[in-house]
Amino acid sequence: MNTAECHAGLAARAAGAAGVAGVAAVAGERAGLPRLLPEQRGGGPATLAGHLARHGRLPRAGPDTGRRAEFIAEVGRAGLTGRGGAGFPTARKLAAVAAGHGRPVVIGNGTEGEPASAKDKVLLACEPHLVLDGMVFAAELTGARRALIVVHPAVREIVDAAVAERSRAGCDPVRVRVLTAAGRFVAGEASALVNWVEHGRPVPTRVPPRISERGLGGCPTLVQNVETLAHLALIARYGAAWFRSLGTPAEPGSMLVTATGAVQRPAVYEIGIGAAVGDVLALAGGPAAELTALLIGGYSGTWVDQAAAMTLPFSAAGLRPAGGSPGAGLLAALPAGVCGLAETARVARYLAAESAGQCGPCVFGLGSIAAELEALAAGRRFDLARLHRWLSQVDGRGACHHPDGAFRMIRSALAVFAPELAQHARGWCGGTRPAGVLPIPARAVR
Amino acid sequence: MTVRARLRVDPIACDGRGFCAEILPEMVTLDDWGFPIIRDADVPAVLLAEAGEAVRLCPVLALRLDRVSQRSPARGAPSPPAGCCPDT
Repeated sequence: MNTAECHAGLAARAAGAAGVAGVAAVAGERAGLPRLLPEQRGGGPATLAGHLARHGRLPRAGPDTGRRAEFIAEVGRAGLTGRGGAGFPTARKLAAVAAGHGRPVVIGNGTEGEPASAKDKVLLACEPHLVLDGMVFAAELTGARRALIVVHPAVREIVDAAVAERSRAGCDPVRVRVLTAAGRFVAGEASALVNWVEHGRPVPTRVPPRISERGLGGCPTLVQNVETLAHLALIARYGAAWFRSLGTPAEPGSMLVTATGAVQRPAVYEIGIGAAVGDVLALAGGPAAELTALLIGGYSGTWVDQAAAMTLPFSAAGLRPAGGSPGAGLLAALPAGVCGLAETARVARYLAAESAGQCGPCVFGLGSIAAELEALAAGRRFDLARLHRWLSQVDGRGACHHPDGAFRMIRSALAVFAPELAQHARGWCGGTRPAGVLPIPARAVR
Repeated sequence: MTVRARLRVDPIACDGRGFCAEILPEMVTLDDWGFPIIRDADVPAVLLAEAGEAVRLCPVLALRLDRVSQRSPARGAPSPPAGCCPDT
């Protein structure tokens, strides 16, 4: 399989039936975009030569700690935050790991366990060298000699080829090792990622110790989402002021968004942070049907009524009033005719099955809540008061935030789909089409 | 300098045996599946002895009493929240 075919196949798999499309057509109208994604889509992964022709050489931070600190300060001025969902300031993480005891390790996180999300796969499939630049730069800034990138199996070959190309060119002070991610939802959680690399167990461990202090092999460990690393590689070249020329003052820069569900062109798009949700949908060709609600931020995200959602800025501050957050940049549109409660029950069952199985509140709480939702969705007897009691008991009681995210999504569904809830309580459902808008991986695949 | 004591459960180690809720009902209740809910982690001085007893008697050593000195809240505070979210 040549790389172009590989890329086309991946794009179709990763971003739904329509594949990755649409960015080139609208790029001219949106100043400064795309930054991360290629200007022309569909050309296969960027070669090292093509990458250098577009972006130029990566500046070297070198061994001088003063110069490294200056670069970290520049990342701080840029205001870059993690693009994996947590949104933590990247400069603070870099500084903490650089100041840690022992020789730091850098891990690039391209696990992308979220089934509906494709942005990390698409980024790695299109621009692997930009991510690898970010890996090398992060290793230099923290003084790391080991750098590992953990990627989804769909893009493993592309990343391997890019690493080999760089190795032949001899351009990097650090050699990046490539590992294949474990295929499960919680595998991308930072402590689970370290646990997977070190022990082959893709489940979270208890914190503390923080992995920035004691992570892989007891060394200070920097775990960064691959999109964050790509932004880092651009800030290294173009600086903080350039980075801040897109986005909002509080949340600068661009971000990748996976638009999925009932949109004309489900695919990965790049937006300035703070673009209106309706404008992001327009990038994807607009709704493919009348919509009832949007799931924003992923399966741990928030359902928002479609009318209320359209004018909201796609940013942490903009989505907060609706109880949402951009998460890892997912926007899923639910068409009218598909019951939101049935869709939520499917996702809740999937999230319950994806529990690492370590903590009681997650194993029993999430499992019971999913079963209650299934009963509710199927029109069997359900106890709404008990469901609300369970949802009030479980927050913050797992080792990781997997259950918290699931409960947030379920609570938002009960609020947004209140009319449907009343219908189900009376024994009928307005759904005219089977649920199945949100992708759930088959169990056998894992 | 005051020293606060905070009661914490290691949710991975916890098996839901429920001793803590029997010894320290003032602070620990059980959810519908028998796992402890600590309403407020700060242990009042009058309950320190019972809290220590609960920690000692936990059969799976899942309960911890952390002493946090209030004069140095900076320790560990600004570090990144490792293991905070999926796909950090």
